[in-house]
Amino acid sequence: MTELYQSQRAMRNMRKAAMQRGVIAILDVGTSKIACLVLRFDGPGRMTDDGVGSLAGQSSFRIIGAATTRSRGVRFGEVDAMNETERAIRTAVQAAQKMANTRVDHVIACFSGAQPRSYGLDGAIDLHDTVVTEQDVARVLAACDLPDYGEAREVLHAQPVNFALDHRSGLGDPRGQIGNRLACDLHLLTIDMDVVQNLAYCIKRCDMELAGIASSAYVSGVSCLVEDEQELGAACIDMGGGSTGISIFIKKHMIYADSVRMGGDHVSQDISKGLQVPLGVAERIKTFYGGVVATGMDDREMIEIGGDTGDWEHDRRTVSRSELIGIMKPRVEEILEEVRERLDGAGFEHLPSQQIVLTGGASQIPGLDGLAPKILGNQVRIGRPLRVQGLPQAATGSAFASCVGLCLFAAHPQDEWWDFETPIERYPARSLRRAMKWFRDNW
Amino acid sequence: MQQVAANTAAPAAPRRDPAPSRWSYRLHRLWLTPLFRLLLRVGLPMGASLALAVWYLGDPATQQQIIDKVAEIRRSVAERPEFMVRLMAIDGASDELGDDIREVLPVDFPVSSFDLELDQMRGVVEELDAVASVDLRIRPDGILQLAVIERIPQIIWRLTEDLELLDAEGRRVAALAHRMHRFDLPLIAGEGADAAVPEALALFAAAAPLEPRLRGLVRMGERRWDVVLDRGQRILLPEQGAVAALEQVIALDQAQDLLARDIAVVDMRNGRRPTLRMGAVAVTELHKIKAIELGENYR
Repeated sequence: MTELYQSQRAMRNMRKAAMQRGVIAILDVGTSKIACLVLRFDGPGRMTDDGVGSLAGQSSFRIIGAATTRSRGVRFGEVDAMNETERAIRTAVQAAQKMANTRVDHVIACFSGAQPRSYGLDGAIDLHDTVVTEQDVARVLAACDLPDYGEAREVLHAQPVNFALDHRSGLGDPRGQIGNRLACDLHLLTIDMDVVQNLAYCIKRCDMELAGIASSAYVSGVSCLVEDEQELGAACIDMGGGSTGISIFIKKHMIYADSVRMGGDHVSQDISKGLQVPLGVAERIKTFYGGVVATGMDDREMIEIGGDTGDWEHDRRTVSRSELIGIMKPRVEEILEEVRERLDGAGFEHLPSQQIVLTGGASQIPGLDGLAPKILGNQVRIGRPLRVQGLPQAATGSAFASCVGLCLFAAHPQDEWWDFETPIERYPARSLRRAMKWFRDNW
Repeated sequence: MQQVAANTAAPAAPRRDPAPSRWSYRLHRLWLTPLFRLLLRVGLPMGASLALAVWYLGDPATQQQIIDKVAEIRRSVAERPEFMVRLMAIDGASDELGDDIREVLPVDFPVSSFDLELDQMRGVVEELDAVASVDLRIRPDGILQLAVIERIPQIIWRLTEDLELLDAEGRRVAALAHRMHRFDLPLIAGEGADAAVPEALALFAAAAPLEPRLRGLVRMGERRWDVVLDRGQRILLPEQGAVAALEQVIALDQAQDLLARDIAVVDMRNGRRPTLRMGAVAVTELHKIKAIELGENYR
C-alpha cells in the first residue's frame, strides 16, 4: 500500500516538474489505436476569443503535436504482446514529437482494461481541535477502512468525494471549518497490477518517464460530460475498440467506474465471421456502411464485399446493408445491455439525473442514438470531447475523448488521496514533525 | 496450354514495419534535444573551423610565411614617397643644443614616417637638461619638425668642484666652466640648494639694495639660507619667512647703516630675538670704551 502511495506521489511530483518544464506527452493506449499528444503549457490560462474559456484548465495548454497509429499487441485495453505494443507506442510518440518539433520526456498514460473495480469507502474521526486542519483531513483519509481488494491489484484512483462535518454533508473543502466530527467518503478504483506494470515497462522501454496514469473511463467522463452533467449526475460510456468503459459522475466527482470487455472490435469480428471476409475488410465495411437501425432502403443497398481468392463467384459477393445491420445490431445491443447491467448494479437509477453520454470510437455507429435509448433510458446523447487549443481537426472526434480528457487531467488534476498530507502518526518515530506535534500538544 | 497466373510471379513483399527501431527512435529524440541541436548547429562548425585554423597555423613555416607577407605589405606602404621623412628641422634651440639633439636622435634620413616613434623620440629629447619641452611632428612635406623650448639658466650653483647652471625651478641646464662666463647670474651654494631655487630667486630680488656687496646665498643643512656679503659678513635667515627677515635686515641697514659697521653675523634665525655678532676689532673697542667709562685701566 505505502509503496504505491509513494510511487503515486513520485508520479505527481514528476508531473509538476514536467509542467514546470512546459512540455508533457499524453498517451492513450487503446485496443484499436494508440494516440499521442504533446502538450505545451505556457503559464496560467488566458481567455481566447473563440469561446474557449479557462473552465477546466484547458486554456492553459496547447497541443503542439498529435499522432495516431494503429494499435498492435493490445487486447481488451491491456498489453498483450509487449514488443508489439512498445513499437506501436514508439511510432506514435516519434510522430508526435516530430510534429511538435521537441523532445518529450514525461508521459501521462491511460488505458481502458485491467478490470477496474470501484469501492466506496468512508471514515470518520473526532477532531482534536474544533477547527479542521490539513492534518485532520489527512487523518480522516487515513481512517477509511481499506477493503480487501485482492492480492494482485493496485489502487489507481482514490479520490475523496465528500466531506461531512457533524451533521453537514457535501462539503468540498472542510479546512478551517468548525465542528467536532469529520467524516469523509472516498472512491477507490483498483485495477490489475500486472497490466499497469506491463504498460509502465513498455513506456520505460521508450525512454520516457511515466508521470501519471489514469483510467480511460474516468478521463473520458472528464472530457465528455459538460459541467452540469458532472454536477447533477451522469454516466459516461466510452465505447472503445476492445472494451467499453463506464464512469458515473456526481458533484464533479467520479463515484463509480467499470468496464465491459467488449467493444467495436468485436463488432468487426462478427462481421468478419458472418460475411466470411478478412478482419481489415470487415472493419472497412463497418466504418463505411455500418449501422444499427435498418430501414426499407437498406434492403436495396448492396455492398460489394469482394475477396481475392481468384474464384469469380466468391470475389463478386455482395450483401445488402440490412444484412450487415443484422450482424452488427445484436452485438451492439449486447454491449449496451451489459452496460445497463453494470449501471443497475452501481445503483445509477438512484441518481437525481439519469443522463447517459455515449462516446468513444464505437459510438459513431449511425443509428446508435436510436438504439441506445431503448436499452439505457431516455436521456442518452452522443458526446464529443471538449474543444482544446491546437487539437488537429482529425483528432476532435469522439474516438479521442480519453486523449482530451487526459489533457484536462494533466492540466487540472483532481486531488487524490496521495496528494494530501501524510498523517503525523504515520511518520517515522523520530521525525521532526512528530516532535513538533508533541510540543504543540504538551504546551 | 496452361496459362500461368500473372500474380504468382512476384510474391508480395513483406509489409514494412512502420515502427522506428529503438536506435532510430533514440537518435530522433537526441536530435530533438535543444542542447544537442545547438551544439550541432553552433558548436560543431565553430569547433571544426577552430581546429582547422589551429592545424594550419600550427606549422612554423606557415607562421613565418604570414609574418613575411605582412612585413612586405607594410614596407611597400611605408616606403611610398608620401610617407618618407627627409630631414629634421629644429626650432627654438641654440646651435649648441641643436647639435646635442642631433646627437641623441641618430636618425638616418631619409626614413619612413612609419618607422619614427615620435613619443619615444620626444622622451629622449626631453631627457636633455637644457630642454624644457619639445613638440615633434612630421610635416606633410617630409620634414621632421622639432619645436624646442629651452630651459633658461637663472642661477649658478656652486658645487665642491664645479659650477652648474640651474633654471628657475632648480633643474640643471648645463655645466659652467667659470663664474666669470656668466657674471650676470646670482650664485648659490650648499647641499640641496637646487631644491630651493624659487626661494633663492625671491631672496635675490629682495636683496637688490645689497647688490654691490652681495656674494651669494648658502644653503645650510638643506633647510635655510645664509646671505653672504663681502668682508665675510653673513645674514642668517630663518627657515620660514626668510624674505621678510631679509627685508627687516635691509630696512635696519638703510636706517642705521648696520651692515657697514664691523659686524660679523646678523642672526635672524629666531625672529623674536635677532642677534648680532660683532667683529673682533669692534669687540676690543667696545671693551675699551666700557673701561674708560668705568674709569678703569683697560688691560
